[in-house]
Amino acid sequence: MALVNIKIEGKSYQVEDNLTVLEACRKCGYNIPSLCSWNHGKCSLASCRVCLVEVVGARGLVASCVYPVNEGMEIIISSQKAMEARRNSVELLLSNHQKNCLQCEKNGHCELLEVAKMVGARDQKFLGEQSPATIDEVAPGIIRNTGKCILCGRCIEACKDAQGIGILGFEKRGFKTIVAPAQNRSFAESPCMQCGQCVLVCPTGALLEKSEIANVDAAMKAGKFVVCQVAPAVRAAIAEEFGEKIGTNGTKKMIAACKRLGFKRVFDVNFAADLTIMEEGTELLNRIKNGGVLPQITSCSPGWVNYMEYFYPEVIPNMSTCKSPHQMQGAITKSYFAKANGIDPKDIYVVSVMPCTAKKYEKTRKEMEVDGIRDVDAVLTTRELAKMIKRAGINWKMLPEDEDWDQDLLGQYTGAGVIFGVTGGVMEAALRTAYFILTGKEHEKINFEAVRGLEGVREASIDINGTTLKVAMASGMKNAKVLLDQIKEGKSPYAFIEIMGCPGGCINGGGQPYVKPMFLPNEDADIRETYRAKRAAVLYAEDERQPIRQSHNNPDIKKIYADFLGEPCGELSEKLLHTTYNKNREKFPVK
Amino acid sequence: MAKLQAHAVKQITEIVNRYKDEETPLMMVLEAIQSEYGYIPLEVQELVSSLMNIPVAEIYGVVTFYSFFSLTPKGKYVIGVCLGTACYVKGSQLVMDKFSELLGIKPGETTADGLFTLDALRCIGACGIAPAISINGKVYPKMSVDKVAGIIDEYRAAK
Amino acid sequence: MAKIKSEKELAEKIEHCGSCLEAKFNGKDGKKHLVVCGGTGCISSHSDEILSRLEELIKEKGLEDKATVNRVGCFGFCSQGPFVKIFPEDRLYRAVKVEDVDRIIEEDIIGGKCIEDLLYVDPKTHEKVEKQEDINFYKKQIRISLNGCSMINPEEIEEALGFGAFKGLVRALHMSQQEVVDEILKSGLRGRGGAGFPTGRKWQFALNQVNDDKYVICNGDEGDPGAFMDRSILEGNPVGVIEGMMIAGYAIGAKNGYFYVRAEYPIAVARLRIAIAKLEEVGLLGDNILGTNFSFRCHIRLGAGAFVCGEETALLNSIEGKRGMPRPRPPFPAIKGLWQKPSIINNVETLASVSWIMREGADKFAAIGTEKSKGTKVFALGGKVNNVGLVEVPMGTTLRELIFDIGGGIPGGKKFKAIQTGGPSGGCLTEKDLDVEIDFDSLVARGSMMGSGGAIVMDEDNCMVDVAKFYMEFICDESCGKCTPCRVGTRRMLEILTKITEGKGEPKDIDELRELANITKTNSLCALGQTAANPIISTMTNFPEEYAAHVNEHKCPAHVCKSMMEYYIQPELCIGCGLCMRNCPVNAIAPGTIGAKMPNGNPFPGKFVHVIDPKKCIKCGSCMAGCKARHAIIKK
Repeated sequence: MALVNIKIEGKSYQVEDNLTVLEACRKCGYNIPSLCSWNHGKCSLASCRVCLVEVVGARGLVASCVYPVNEGMEIIISSQKAMEARRNSVELLLSNHQKNCLQCEKNGHCELLEVAKMVGARDQKFLGEQSPATIDEVAPGIIRNTGKCILCGRCIEACKDAQGIGILGFEKRGFKTIVAPAQNRSFAESPCMQCGQCVLVCPTGALLEKSEIANVDAAMKAGKFVVCQVAPAVRAAIAEEFGEKIGTNGTKKMIAACKRLGFKRVFDVNFAADLTIMEEGTELLNRIKNGGVLPQITSCSPGWVNYMEYFYPEVIPNMSTCKSPHQMQGAITKSYFAKANGIDPKDIYVVSVMPCTAKKYEKTRKEMEVDGIRDVDAVLTTRELAKMIKRAGINWKMLPEDEDWDQDLLGQYTGAGVIFGVTGGVMEAALRTAYFILTGKEHEKINFEAVRGLEGVREASIDINGTTLKVAMASGMKNAKVLLDQIKEGKSPYAFIEIMGCPGGCINGGGQPYVKPMFLPNEDADIRETYRAKRAAVLYAEDERQPIRQSHNNPDIKKIYADFLGEPCGELSEKLLHTTYNKNREKFPVK
Repeated sequence: MAKLQAHAVKQITEIVNRYKDEETPLMMVLEAIQSEYGYIPLEVQELVSSLMNIPVAEIYGVVTFYSFFSLTPKGKYVIGVCLGTACYVKGSQLVMDKFSELLGIKPGETTADGLFTLDALRCIGACGIAPAISINGKVYPKMSVDKVAGIIDEYRAAK
Repeated sequence: MAKIKSEKELAEKIEHCGSCLEAKFNGKDGKKHLVVCGGTGCISSHSDEILSRLEELIKEKGLEDKATVNRVGCFGFCSQGPFVKIFPEDRLYRAVKVEDVDRIIEEDIIGGKCIEDLLYVDPKTHEKVEKQEDINFYKKQIRISLNGCSMINPEEIEEALGFGAFKGLVRALHMSQQEVVDEILKSGLRGRGGAGFPTGRKWQFALNQVNDDKYVICNGDEGDPGAFMDRSILEGNPVGVIEGMMIAGYAIGAKNGYFYVRAEYPIAVARLRIAIAKLEEVGLLGDNILGTNFSFRCHIRLGAGAFVCGEETALLNSIEGKRGMPRPRPPFPAIKGLWQKPSIINNVETLASVSWIMREGADKFAAIGTEKSKGTKVFALGGKVNNVGLVEVPMGTTLRELIFDIGGGIPGGKKFKAIQTGGPSGGCLTEKDLDVEIDFDSLVARGSMMGSGGAIVMDEDNCMVDVAKFYMEFICDESCGKCTPCRVGTRRMLEILTKITEGKGEPKDIDELRELANITKTNSLCALGQTAANPIISTMTNFPEEYAAHVNEHKCPAHVCKSMMEYYIQPELCIGCGLCMRNCPVNAIAPGTIGAKMPNGNPFPGKFVHVIDPKKCIKCGSCMAGCKARHAIIKK
């Protein structure tokens, strides 16, 4: 990479020549606000006009998010002209923005508000007609309010470029332009996988998870036996909501906080992750042994399952029939745990805390119940749990770090369970167990390698008793598509495939804390590139720290099979822990 | 997906295939469908989406961007009043208002009997004979407010 | 027609076609040659029926050896159409009706007489003018990009060849690519689509790119309301534009060219298709043209009704099947254009000029015009002017010449107020600018721009606030909605202008309008937004008193803004015919003599004088339009 000499505000700097003015300025310590550019300070739209700066010699002001640096460039950020221009763009955005900021769910995380502060937006400027707002609260996972949308287009990019789907698009033109699924329909009437990647990038409150805090409150109020179960990836990120650096392990404080929120039990979904491995590993072995349909594909990501039903129903025979871990754990809580504790399952209210918005949908699927008892009653995102903690007046900093998960029956878990939260984790965990069952030995670390020519897909080969098992994994639907097309064409060389709905897996789930550099003064400028690895590192470290790292060695797992379930993929397991898929999912249900 | 009739599916598939050798032919396909059917309802967009492997939101975005495309069927007679500058300075807005008043519809709307659609046109290049209107492509030169009723009656009578 | 495989064969063909065409024009073939205008304007006035009736009669009367008929492109003088012109006399019949055809055949073709009442009458001298060249409208015109229009049949490539087509391409093929670019640079040709960027420089950028795939795109998405020169050129001489595109293709190293033409121009598209098909048939488009290494193909894509697609990057997105939203620049299209490949986008008029330049030489082109704007420019003269139509004049012609000499002045003895150039991106020029020599730079210096050449004349009856609102409405409708200042800013400006024209304006509105105008100018992404406020800025600068009257006194001096005007029947002029009463859709007019007085002060004797009840009046203007006693009804 060549370097170029530039001047910012009269000071000389050397920067890489492939940067935009915005990136260069941020690297050199100047904060230029921007709204439409998000990922790396590069932008394909240049539409918000909030990042305008002066470049000496250029015709007019330039949008720094698209303008490349070049040798000798002189950039002026703080001239009256540039500052006014940035302020004016923001004021115009605000003039057509629903400004109920105090009650807005995004309060505290709103980039528009932050940018308005940065540019010194004036009160009551350019008032006029507001676009009529469409409020879509139908889908269980995500909600949309066009009245707060500033048409930055980030969500469109996230859905199309990251996930390869394209549920959202610009509609109409001029002042009437909106961002919406086709014909401004609800997400529920679109083939939306509800992964929430759009929510993660939305700078305002236009896209949000559908909050279920009120439902949990109601259950508590009604005196239900409210149990909370937390997914692995939540602990890798929740501390961020309380101002801690990305990559901070929040497990212990989170447990302590949950216990103070009035939950009767605070369980770790890792238990069910181990259970899933037992079931899914056994299922895989059965398929291999009995000549069943291969490759087997993991089913623990409900976003992926959604996508699969909409776009690749052909691979249903390949899908593992396992429910996702929190659904398994809910079913177990309302049967095994309820029975052991003498509680009527109807009185138990299971709250899953998930890094995910699609789980909110998953829990409503008709398959997710046993004998009329729903597996899970409410799903909160990591962000919602943080809100509840803040609302209860709990000081995160002062929470103790010596409290542990509730241990009765569903307590023990292994390292294998923890790594469910990262991409490749399910695969690795399942293979540890499968390898053991077949060889009687523990496998060393599996090394996945990038598949040549297939960006975002990694594969590995494992030698089991002389037979080579090829496995692959992908996260994000754009990457997964390649593997799925191979299956469709009958050309898949793999026996087992892990697919995660969100790019990077659950640590980057749609329910995780927002990673918005402007709110993170303590993070490095390249945090957008490193945050996933930092969160993943928390989970890998947890795995390493666990005394038991293989699901089949978990004593509670051994106990539940001995005392209750019988054997993996047995009759009771099938009833409680396995599911079916809908091959006739309507992409565009007719109202 | 709402059910499209089999022959419509066949016809649209043919249109899509007609342009399959062109690069990025979406506009060509949509133009052909618009010309063929007079409008491009959502079900048709969904079909085009699956045939061309383009997200339906993107197609819908294109359809609603260009004024040539319509989501709803147009009337039997499409009255376009030119509101280009040359026509406007010669009073075409008054002509438009008169049509609007007599037909009881706003520009862009269609009468309940499905007979007339009123459209505002951007310069149709008939500046020499301003103000101009066009009805189903036929241009009426040098329009004035008092000619409006007569023209409507003429088409009503023709049905 | 047989394939033309070499330069020699082409030369022979051109020679042959040339003499055929010349014989038609000078009558050496012993026949009269009739041409009928086949432009959109004349077709809407039934010129097609005139053409077929002429053909029918010639056949019927056995005149095939005495007369030939041909359909040609636009004469430009659209307000006087349809035209029938007779060679070799150069006699121009205007406003011809189908009923006149029999007389033309009988009296002129057979009888050899000129039909006086079909001739053009000069609005000033009231004299009849027989020859086209003697009509003031045509006197100062030089046809470079309109070359061939109204002379040749646009659907016959032989006629185009006879008129000189492909001589420019042949000359280019003898030059290196760089030499062609240099020739265009030397001609001083600047883009005719709006901003006037030097065409040769655009080509140079694209030539400098190393890439197997490059594209030439012809921008025929003529969207400026009031401009229709590109349509007329495509309708009148499509081969000339195709040749220009091929020269551009050769110069930059492109093998494919795309025409992007408005779907609203069906005749232009049809003729373009015919021309492309026929050129392919004879091998003048395709692989190894004239036996050289140069291969080129033309494709047509249609615009679908979005003004912003005239912006070149929006146009690229449209061809790519996307919403026509402009792209940020850099990268410029010459580096990353259509499908991310180096592309040049030239407008129709520019490419038409290119073929002329390559045929006639850069020096000849550069000899016309002003220091920094060479050649000619086509204007679409419209609005409140006697002679409405397309005029091609040398750069440097003054507005006075344009409006009063060529345009024949303002009709109805009204006073000239302003001329709007550059469409919605341009501005108004007034009395004080009349002697300015028009070129790209002089217009910009006066707060307007050339744009694509729309020139709309306004008289004292036009309200300039209303005109500003008209353009803002247009821009609001056509804004793509991508960038904030254009999407929201234009909307806010329209809201304020609407408020002002509804008589609810306040002095502070003027300040806010000015602030918003400046914001959209500095902050917008593309030229549409950056220039969107020009009509406001220029009317505010030139007519501050009109804005002041609207916001301070709530008066519209031109009586255009409905809420601030009334229709009024002058009792002394009313003849009591009752037509207004019957025309009134809301029964606001009643017969009466209330308070009416004769000019001498006596009560009005008639019982039929009509009075408008201002409370009921919806100001539709029906009464005034139908008033038999002219000027009895006024606005006040």
